[in-house]
Amino acid sequence: MSIDLAPLVLTFKLAAVTTAILFCIGVPFAWWLANTRFRLKPIVEALVAMPLVLPPSVLGFYLLLAFSPEHWFGHWLDQAIGLRLAFSFEGLVLASVIFSFPFLVHPIQAAFQNLPPSLAEAAAVLGKSRWQTFLRVLLPNIKPALLSGAVLGFAHTVGEFGVVLMIGGNLPNQTRVASIAIYDEVESLNYAAANVYAGTLFVISFVILLVVYLVNRRALK
Amino acid sequence: MIQVNIQRTLHGVQGDFDLNVDLDIVEGEFVALFGPSGVGKTTLLRCLAGLEKPDRGRIAFNGSVWFDAQEHTHVPPQERHVGYMFQDYALFPNMTVRGNLEFARRKGSSRQRVDELLELMDIAELQHRKPNALSGGQKQRVALARALAAEPQLLLLDEPLSSLDPTIRSRLQDEILQLHQRMGISTIMVSHDVGEVYKLAGRVLVMEAGHIVRQGSPAEVFSSGQTTGKFRFTGEVLGIEPMDVMEALTVLVGNQIVRVAAMPDEASNLHVGARVMLVSKAFNPMIIALE
Repeated sequence: MSIDLAPLVLTFKLAAVTTAILFCIGVPFAWWLANTRFRLKPIVEALVAMPLVLPPSVLGFYLLLAFSPEHWFGHWLDQAIGLRLAFSFEGLVLASVIFSFPFLVHPIQAAFQNLPPSLAEAAAVLGKSRWQTFLRVLLPNIKPALLSGAVLGFAHTVGEFGVVLMIGGNLPNQTRVASIAIYDEVESLNYAAANVYAGTLFVISFVILLVVYLVNRRALK
Repeated sequence: MIQVNIQRTLHGVQGDFDLNVDLDIVEGEFVALFGPSGVGKTTLLRCLAGLEKPDRGRIAFNGSVWFDAQEHTHVPPQERHVGYMFQDYALFPNMTVRGNLEFARRKGSSRQRVDELLELMDIAELQHRKPNALSGGQKQRVALARALAAEPQLLLLDEPLSSLDPTIRSRLQDEILQLHQRMGISTIMVSHDVGEVYKLAGRVLVMEAGHIVRQGSPAEVFSSGQTTGKFRFTGEVLGIEPMDVMEALTVLVGNQIVRVAAMPDEASNLHVGARVMLVSKAFNPMIIALE
């Protein structure tokens, strides 16, 4: 019996692309949240945390509506840049970024808030710009949180099911990620294949989390 | 020459009060800010460094305006070239001791300066360590060295030696004094310690509730113009025992226990636990050097 490895490859490709995008957006965003005195900050924070409490199907449902070519947003995307997000890999990436956002932002925001304010002040007095301070003082001192955030974002994307099912469906090599494939194989009573996918996800997730805890323990010493 | 005339509302433990300071500092002067916590000493330093904005007023340094509320001038801390030693040292944990100093070095200044400072502050052998592996005294020296590495025009020290044991403290005071005499940088230091202020500062400003209430040389300020030949100590009576015709009192003074003789009528209105003041007039103590 041959097992199609494409769903596993697709899962990790999705998680890697999502994490890279998340990292670029999420780290500056976390810094902004940690420092802002913006009056509507609680609203922003609540929106960011929504994916933690919402059933994935709720988010998936609204994204599906927005992405569909009948909706003005989906229509505009299709007309303007020829991008169809419903039932496509790009759509999965966008949904995963939204859905995994709090998992990356929260630990990094907390780490920024826990840094003593005197560090940034000391750098300012020493003549360093905000950007230099951010790159050379703040970021290096929250390395463990950067790692945790990135890994949590990655792991959560690997484990996502509901959103993917709603907006991605089950197209081989496009949207058929491992979690969908497992469901599909079980439906067709193909337990051996489901077992391969499930076991692989189980082991890889465990190893990733283990590495994070080991690295963070070393960083604390 | 620094001219400061600023006001700012502060939120203290006992309600709001106004920081209101009018102050001129001559180039090369060593000024101490003395007073209890929460009277605005640190805020004054932070306003000078540009880390906080006064509500009203003006700060000028050698003719350039650093802050002027009316003209909305606020020179950012990056451009003020001050050295600031933070109460918590604020050493960068991700950099080594040397890295901290290198980071502080201004563009174009020579690398040798870092080596000189490492030697001068006696921290050369620690240069490859990270701040977390240093003792409190070592951190304070690194913090001072880092503040100096930026070649500041003005040095601001926020309780620089507060958490050190007396021996190291005294050594570092000597070092700060020598540094100040060598480099002649105008320095403002916040301190709670009379001895420290006496030793280091040319002028002391006593602050209470946001205002400078007294100023002058430490000798003038702390002894109200006259020194006394009397010794006075306050203490707590730990025990009273009869001794021939006298009473022997055991008294705790500071953390020393002393035994003194008392007349029976003096002892009769004392009890164990009473607070007493021991005064000795016209006495000629033995003086023993400790170092």
